[in-house]
Amino acid sequence: MTSIVDSILSAISFINIDINILLIFAIVIPGLVLFILMALNVMISVYFERKVAAFMQDRLGPMEVGIFGFKGGKKFWGGIGQIFADTVKLLTKEDIMPANADKVLMLVSPFIIVAGALLTFIGIPFSDGLIVSDFNIGILYIIAMSSVGVIGVILAGWSSNNKWSLYGAMRSAAQIISYEIPIGLNLLLIVIVCGSLQVSDIVQWQADNRWFIFHSPFTFVAFFIFFISVVAETNRTPFDIPEAESELVAGWMTEFSGFKWSIFFMSEYANMLIVSLVASFVFLGGWLSPFTIFNVFPDSWLILDGFYIGIFWLLIKAIFLVFVMMWFRWTFPRLRVDQLMYICWKVFIPFSLANLFFVTIWELIAGSIS
Amino acid sequence: MFKIIDKSIISADEMVLNMGPQHPSTHGVLRLKIITDGEIVSKVEPIIGYLHRCFEKHCESLSYEQIVPFTDRCDYLASMHMSHSYSMAVEKLLDLELPERVEYIRVIVAELQRIASHLIAVGVFGLDVGAITPFTWTLRDRERILDLFEMLCGARLLYNYVWPGGVSHDLPPKFIEETHKFLDYFLPQIDEYNQILSTNKIFIERSADVGVLPLEVGINYGVTGPTLRGSGSTFDLRKDEPYSVYNKFDFDVPVGEGLMGTVGDCWDRYYVKVLEMKESAKIIRQALDSIPKGDVHEVLPKKIRPPKGEVYSRYESARGDVGFYIRSAGKNMPDRLKMRSPAYCNLSVLNEISAGWMMSDVIAVLGSLDIVLGEIDR
Repeated sequence: MTSIVDSILSAISFINIDINILLIFAIVIPGLVLFILMALNVMISVYFERKVAAFMQDRLGPMEVGIFGFKGGKKFWGGIGQIFADTVKLLTKEDIMPANADKVLMLVSPFIIVAGALLTFIGIPFSDGLIVSDFNIGILYIIAMSSVGVIGVILAGWSSNNKWSLYGAMRSAAQIISYEIPIGLNLLLIVIVCGSLQVSDIVQWQADNRWFIFHSPFTFVAFFIFFISVVAETNRTPFDIPEAESELVAGWMTEFSGFKWSIFFMSEYANMLIVSLVASFVFLGGWLSPFTIFNVFPDSWLILDGFYIGIFWLLIKAIFLVFVMMWFRWTFPRLRVDQLMYICWKVFIPFSLANLFFVTIWELIAGSIS
Repeated sequence: MFKIIDKSIISADEMVLNMGPQHPSTHGVLRLKIITDGEIVSKVEPIIGYLHRCFEKHCESLSYEQIVPFTDRCDYLASMHMSHSYSMAVEKLLDLELPERVEYIRVIVAELQRIASHLIAVGVFGLDVGAITPFTWTLRDRERILDLFEMLCGARLLYNYVWPGGVSHDLPPKFIEETHKFLDYFLPQIDEYNQILSTNKIFIERSADVGVLPLEVGINYGVTGPTLRGSGSTFDLRKDEPYSVYNKFDFDVPVGEGLMGTVGDCWDRYYVKVLEMKESAKIIRQALDSIPKGDVHEVLPKKIRPPKGEVYSRYESARGDVGFYIRSAGKNMPDRLKMRSPAYCNLSVLNEISAGWMMSDVIAVLGSLDIVLGEIDR
């Protein structure tokens, strides 16, 4: 188990104070870094999404707000200052609390959701060894922590004292809990093949053999089921039923404004990044370069792998998946709630179970051949 | 006697949900009182009147010319149709014969307006089922029609263009070319809408077989326009009781065929509008090619003083059968004016076809009915 906390602790151990105080520092520093990373992520993702939406809809998107007079005009960088303008606007907005709302729960619920997202980052790697803590049960931990948010969603919907919020919260809870199952089953399939729950082991297996998406027909199918399920779990279109703006106004976020709403926003985009990162390192080789897709390229080509360039590869894969999610959102209509449940319980779960069964047979046969 | 279990506490009640008047997808200020059992809707009660402007009563104290801008504001997405239908009623009252060129211009602008209105309907229906991009595409193309209208009369939404006895301006010099250019651009766009929306699997799942309006029910409720044609009726006043110069043009009346599900479902109602845009384009092309030369100056005196009597005229607007009833007492103001609003009758069928469906379907059905609150409340 390598951990950033350990390395920080050993790096700052020359400071001659109590080891426990140093430990607190060693824990707080990665926490702060992750928090800043999430804040940056939401700022950039919102801008990215607005631009992607604009170009898909044949318009320009934000193009007026520049930084120190720098404006990109009609290019993708036009209006880059919108990132900061949006942030300042959200943080300085009036925080409205409805009169009949449950004030304590309404205050707490955004932080439960964002805590769930932040905690997940503990088990998420950014490169080889660049991980807060590389547990031996990493995958299990990620699945568990990504479900914490649903408590916050239910609390948010209930405490708002608004029927739309309640509808949104109920739908969201049902949706997130249901889609946990196909996600878990498809990750289990990878765990069966690789034989470890540890994140670094999974990527190492892919470095030794090939990317999981191209490992066998079953893992190929598993990637798509997994990806569609995580799109549903992050409440993105076509599965954005909980916050369907044409039906439920804004779902469970209806009564939230200002800072609390920006926290919701932060967790939504953080969740998008999390699931994309998970899909990248479980199925797409993580921090490995594209030459590790199959085990056929000569070793001299693997010069493209490394600690720093690994960050680049992983983020490229994750950002591409985030882009695909945005692409979905601006292309598809929304499913109805019963159709959503149908897809989960009658399509994805049976297919995942069958997949799980066949992949074990495949592995047995492949193991006996080799 | 002491009751151990109070049934009124534990019985599963239905919840009353107020959708609107401030709601993103009630198409204006409509309030829907939805009685729901979980997600299932057991009753929908549309409550209207939030946009009531006393249009009909107001007209009794206005001269005939002054009413035209008010009719524009009834169905603000199809203003040309409203002023056209009102002008037709006044002309019928006056027993007036119009120059051929005026009728041609009226048909051209009416069909352009029909395309513009259907573009909104198509895009907004997509928006109601969650697809945002098609809406921006349809608005982009509607913009070009508004540009044409701006060229024509300077206004983009409320034109005051069609008057009793004529139109306010003749066609501007380049209008015919520009309209041809627009149609050349626009017809391929329809295929693009079909690709992104009409044939999208999720869109079909959401709209096919949902909110089926049987033909008899539609007729009984007085549903007209594309909504009724979606149920398989060929009722179209442009064909059945041709007014203006519609009998000179060759066009089809698209009807719902149940391509993706049952005849009369939301998808059919939606797709009829898509097909109607093509038919309107056909009419415009014919009218542009055969428009006669002539004078569009009004054949009316400054003050309209119709003889005593009453008149009812019908008109096929983008939403259905618009009727204007005018009773004249021989003065320069109508004694009574009544408007038959197609969207009002179309909305009345909402409870009939959406009860028993889910809440998301109510939105889809409402979107497919294509209502305009300005016209319902008047």
